[in-house]
Amino acid sequence: MNWLIKNLWASTIVVCLLPLLFLGFDVVFDNLGSNPIQALHIRLGDWSLRFLCIALTITPIQTITRWRGMTEYRQLFGLYTFFYTSLHLLVYLLVDHNFMWSLIATDIIESPYIWLGVFAYIVVFLLGVTSSKFAMKKLGKTWKKLHRWVYLAAIASVIHYFWQLKGNLAEPLLYAIIIFLLLGFRAFIWFTTRQLSKMMIPKGRSD
Amino acid sequence: MIIKNQKDIPSSEITPPEVFQERRKFIQMLGLTLAGANMPSVFASENKLNFANLVKSTTLDNSLKPTPVELVKNYTNYYEFTFNKDDSTKLAQSMVIDPWSVEISGEVEKPATYHLEDILSQQTLEERIYRFRCVEGWSMVVPWVGFSLANLLKMAKPLSTAQFVKFTTIQQPETMPNQRDSKMFEFPYIEGLRIDEAMHPLTMLAVGMYGETLPKQNGAPLRLVVPWKYGFKSIKAIVKIELLKKPSLTTWNKSAPQEYGFYANVNPSVPHPRWSQNSERLLGSGFFTSRRQTELFNGYGEQVASLYQDMDLRHFF
Repeated sequence: MNWLIKNLWASTIVVCLLPLLFLGFDVVFDNLGSNPIQALHIRLGDWSLRFLCIALTITPIQTITRWRGMTEYRQLFGLYTFFYTSLHLLVYLLVDHNFMWSLIATDIIESPYIWLGVFAYIVVFLLGVTSSKFAMKKLGKTWKKLHRWVYLAAIASVIHYFWQLKGNLAEPLLYAIIIFLLLGFRAFIWFTTRQLSKMMIPKGRSD
Repeated sequence: MIIKNQKDIPSSEITPPEVFQERRKFIQMLGLTLAGANMPSVFASENKLNFANLVKSTTLDNSLKPTPVELVKNYTNYYEFTFNKDDSTKLAQSMVIDPWSVEISGEVEKPATYHLEDILSQQTLEERIYRFRCVEGWSMVVPWVGFSLANLLKMAKPLSTAQFVKFTTIQQPETMPNQRDSKMFEFPYIEGLRIDEAMHPLTMLAVGMYGETLPKQNGAPLRLVVPWKYGFKSIKAIVKIELLKKPSLTTWNKSAPQEYGFYANVNPSVPHPRWSQNSERLLGSGFFTSRRQTELFNGYGEQVASLYQDMDLRHFF
C-alpha cells in the first residue's frame, strides 16, 4: 500500500489495466455467460465510459481545490478512455464480425445508436492523438477548442448506451446523472464567471 | 398505430376456417401428425414429463445443431422477474406451476378450462428443432418438445368468427417481482396471432426442450413457439387462450408501437428503429466468428411466406 502511494503515477497506470486483466481472466475461464462476445463488448464499453467520467472529474477537482497539479492524470485517464474505446471498437469489428465489412456496413447504417458511438469514437480518437504536449503547443488555441468536443462525446456515449436497450435503463441512467453533474459543474462555473466579467466590464452598447 | 394497422388488413388475407381443414392435409403431408401410435405417457410425478418415445419431426431441418443447453437455460428474457437475461434462471424457480390449467374461450363452440395433464393426454408430443431469433439480435437453435397449437384450438372448435388469438401469461405477483411493482409493463403479458398464423403447422405449444421438461425460466409449463417471429411473440407460462373477432393489443406493441409491431416477423430488411436486424449472434458460436446473416421469416419463408402475400412487410412489421 505504501508503495502504491509513493509511486502514485506508476500504480495508477497499473490499476487502470486491471479491468482488462480481469476481463482477460473471464474470457479464458469462460465466465462471460451465454453471450460472451456481447458481454465482452459491453464490459469494454462500460470501462470506456467509466474512464471518460474519471477524466472529466479532474478539471472540477482542480477548480475546487485550486490546485493545478493533476493535468497529467487527466491526460492519462483520457488516454485510457481512448485505449478502452479502441478495444470496444476492435471487439465489434473483429471478435463479433470477423471483419465482414458488408455486415458491418449494414449494421452501422441501420443502427442509429451506433452512429453516436462512431461520433464519440472519432472525437476520442482525435483527442487521443493530440494529447501530447507537442501537439498541444503545435495546435495552440485550436487545441482547447478541439478538446472541448469531449463534452459532446460524453453526451453521445450515454445516449449510445441508452438507445440500444430494451428493458433495464438503471445503469445508463447512473452514467447520465454523473455526466450531467460533471458537465453541469462546468456550465455553472462558465456561467458565473461570465456574469462576473459582465459586472466588471461596463457595457459599451445596450443589447 | 396498431389499430390503424389492423383496420388495414384486408379480409382476403384472413384465412377462413374451412382452409384450416385443408391444412390438416398439409400437416399430414409434412408428417407432423403421423405419430399417434407412440403416445408418450405424460403422467409422472414431480411435474416431470416422461418424454420416452418422443417423435422427431420428419419435416424439419434436423441437421440444425442445437445450441448447448446450458446457454439456452441461462439466457432468457422474463420481464416478470428481471430485465437481466442471466438472472431469470434463479428468480423463476420460485414460480408455482403445479397444478396448471389453461382457459380456452371466446369465439369457440366449446369454451373450457383444461388441466394441463388433460391437454397433454390428448396430444402426441414431438421434438422440433427450430431456430429462435430474438429482436435484440441474438439467436439460438432449440429442440422443443410439444405439439401444434392447431391441435389444441381444434379441441375447442373455433367458430368462423374467430379471426385472432390472444394469449395471456399467468399473473403471479407473489413470485414475480416486476408484476408486484408493475415495472415497465402493465402485466399480465399478452401476445397475439392472426388465426391463420395460429393454425399454421409450424406454430407450436412447447412443454419441454432438449428432451426434458421445460425449465421455469424458459416458459414452463406451457409456452408458445412461433419460429418465424421474433422471440417476444413466443409467450411463456400461458394460462389463457382467447379466440377473438378482433386483435388485442399485445404487450410490447402497446409499450412501444413504433418499435414492436403486431406481426414481428423476422425480417433482415426491416430494421428496428434503433438497430439493424440484418444479422444475429448465434449463441455458442465462438470468438472471431462472424455474426450470422438473418433470414427472412427466420428461414421459414417456404412454409409461411404465403400467409403474408401482398402485404407490405415494412408497414406490417
